[in-house]
Amino acid sequence: MKMHYLAAQYSRPCVAEDATRAEKIYMRSPPIPEMATQEVQLNETLAHLKTESETLKSKLEEERAKLHDVELHQVAEKVEGLGQFVMKTRRTLKGHGNKVLCMDWCKDKRRIVSSSQDGKVIVWDAFTTNKEHAVTMPCTWVMACAYAPSGCAVACGGLDNKCSVYPLSLDKNENLAAKKKSVAMHTNYLSACSFTNSDMQILTSSGDGTCALWDVESGQLLQSFHGHAADVLCLDLAPSETGNTFVSGGCDKKANVWDMRSGQCIQSFETHESDINSVRYYPSGDAFASGSDDATCRLYDLRADREVAIYSKESIIFGVSSVDFSLSGRLLFGGYNDYTINVWDVLKGTRVSILFGHENRVSTLRVSPDGTAFCTGSWDHTLRIWA
Amino acid sequence: MTINTLAKGGWYREQMTCFRKMEKVIVAMQDPDMGMKMRNQRLLITVIPHAMTGRDVIDWLIQKYNICEEEALHVGGMLVRYGYIYPLKEPRSLVLRADETPYRFQTPYFWTSTRWPASELDYAIYLAKKNIRKQGELMEYEKERYSLLHKRINHTWDFVVMQAREQLRASKQRRKADRIVLECQEQAYWLINRPPPGAHNVLDMGLEKPNNFSLRVTLNSDYYKREIESCRRALGRNRVKSSICLEGFVKFSEQYQNHDPIMQGCLPSNPWISDDTAHWTMNSEIVPVPTRLRVERWSFSFMELLNDPIGRREFMTYLEKEFSAENLCFWQACEDIRHGESSKIIQKVEDVYKNFLAPGAARWVNIDSKTMDKTLEGIKHPHRFVMDDAQLHIYFLMKKDSYPRYLKSDLYKNMLAKAIVPQETKKSVFPFMRRQRHSSPSPAQAVTQVTEEDGRAMGAGKAGTNSAAGSHV
Repeated sequence: MKMHYLAAQYSRPCVAEDATRAEKIYMRSPPIPEMATQEVQLNETLAHLKTESETLKSKLEEERAKLHDVELHQVAEKVEGLGQFVMKTRRTLKGHGNKVLCMDWCKDKRRIVSSSQDGKVIVWDAFTTNKEHAVTMPCTWVMACAYAPSGCAVACGGLDNKCSVYPLSLDKNENLAAKKKSVAMHTNYLSACSFTNSDMQILTSSGDGTCALWDVESGQLLQSFHGHAADVLCLDLAPSETGNTFVSGGCDKKANVWDMRSGQCIQSFETHESDINSVRYYPSGDAFASGSDDATCRLYDLRADREVAIYSKESIIFGVSSVDFSLSGRLLFGGYNDYTINVWDVLKGTRVSILFGHENRVSTLRVSPDGTAFCTGSWDHTLRIWA
Repeated sequence: MTINTLAKGGWYREQMTCFRKMEKVIVAMQDPDMGMKMRNQRLLITVIPHAMTGRDVIDWLIQKYNICEEEALHVGGMLVRYGYIYPLKEPRSLVLRADETPYRFQTPYFWTSTRWPASELDYAIYLAKKNIRKQGELMEYEKERYSLLHKRINHTWDFVVMQAREQLRASKQRRKADRIVLECQEQAYWLINRPPPGAHNVLDMGLEKPNNFSLRVTLNSDYYKREIESCRRALGRNRVKSSICLEGFVKFSEQYQNHDPIMQGCLPSNPWISDDTAHWTMNSEIVPVPTRLRVERWSFSFMELLNDPIGRREFMTYLEKEFSAENLCFWQACEDIRHGESSKIIQKVEDVYKNFLAPGAARWVNIDSKTMDKTLEGIKHPHRFVMDDAQLHIYFLMKKDSYPRYLKSDLYKNMLAKAIVPQETKKSVFPFMRRQRHSSPSPAQAVTQVTEEDGRAMGAGKAGTNSAAGSHV
């Protein structure tokens, strides 16, 4: 019976005599207790599945390579090179008492929310550098924070395994923590969160290896996404017309593209050599970039279904914590664990500039909604706005 | 969840990768042919061999990696911070100087990666040695740690003292130069693995991440079956040739280049640089006259037009003239269902049906019969995505038909013609005067003024008149 099943799976012609011969051999082996037999069969099945999975993956890589007829930098030869690049720190935001772990921009292009290791979440008007709101979370290591599209709330979470939404009140006397709403619940730390097109839904990723979509109002789980083999560290929503997909990256070195509606993984890329700390869509939505502990940033084209560029340099030794594109997608900014920011020419693959300033790891980096500046957060307790 | 910072978790993996890379650089630096030229350095009356200057290190890095001075200083600086190169004269100052300051390579025995994490026992032996060699030579923080260790590993203290004495005895038999070198090396190692309080701890790794393929996700048959299913689907998908895809990036970047403030600057000036918010004021959600760049962007893609509130309003006006405004209204209503509150879905779906889909509806939309049938069937059990197919159909209808015609219309052309092109305000206009940075009304204020309950604010332009605290100096 078992032989037939396997044969069908691998589409190998199964000759009846072979089957009966095999069965005879099997039956001739010494009697094994029932339980052990089942276990052995289960292990064999698992091993078979693993092998099949690996075989298919190699086949997939072969297929992907077939249509790769030109490199990005070759296509970009005709493009004008970039001149001298001058970007400086224009604002330094001081106020966190510990490592800054995450930040996000408000749609008004000047406000930001940031979170840190000591549990503090602060909303700033980055332009004036004034702090407008501050919340102390009941947990430390607030690794994720996000601004609601309306600008009226922020979401954050970390070691508490939850994602909570705080409506922003302008009443200085009001305790923001009082109106807190617990939305997401994971079985391990929250690594990233993002509102979808409205204040009503939140997408989260977690150390428990899954991503999930939640309804803010009811706290209900709308969809969960399984497929990573280890902690999921980052996610980004696609800016597409149909607005139905997002990408996630994890400790299993995989970047997965998901269908938000069905929960299925529609594309998967596994070319990094280490944990993927950050993923960000190219502005057109046709590609995304990733940053990893292997000190490289990579570009994956979704229509070609493959990696199309690697941004690396021998002198860059430390991992990338965070990446984002400039508005036109021509520049890719990477925050690194060696305290620097490297600016890459996305088309030509060359490093345009290296920016110094932070005194410890750059942990988070986002370009502002109108592309006029980008903000970095660092383990040196500060945030900087660069323009 | 417990944070076991001493476990060989993910950051161990991450750090080891960095260590290995740094070690490759160090080995290349010492290559007999391509490496640095070493020389003898005088330290008081002793001559230390195989030393180099900070300048040597930087010049070698510039040459090897084709980088600028600042970057070479940075990379070299990291090598010093991680203990692969240590300073001879001021051992406590783990900084690379671009001058004649002498440095030496750390011996692989004392590379951080060799015995990591550094053990308490070894640290105790080191402190004991220091204590024995010169009474009172321990620094304050070292004295504290020493007594702490004495309490913690009291049971092995005899061993610690014995080892310390043994190592001291062995070192006395060495040449003075060697002894000094060994002391420097050991001191450098401990400065990094047990930094003084307040000093930068390069080995601070943060939160523990798991080992490869941790047990948080069970790699059982379900996992592999999903992988296989995913792979099969991926194998079946249509792929586009690279030459076509990549050309797309070139075109996109070209088209948006003028709109990218970091690439081309922005008019009248970048607020972050000039402290002047005119750029934001001119580009608020709703303005009487939009800028030219903004109106141009509406022609890049249908999504750009719809994403801009003014663009969407203009398009609606155009559709009204064409008597097909119900399409955009329907699309907006569907968006509202998709992204709105779960509790309102049923009501909203009913409203959409009544207004747009029911036979004889006031604003009936023209959907093909197959999609209509499917949608009507789905409405019987309404859910968030029940309108998806219909919405897509109408979206593409507008995109392929009304949108291109809008771009050719007088309505759009007039918009483009009267659009503002701001004058550039050069920074030199405000040479010495530091502009006052004014606050803007917080979007959070808009909550009280929004009557729609769809959670989308009207934007900063409509917010209240009370400004938050004034300027910041």
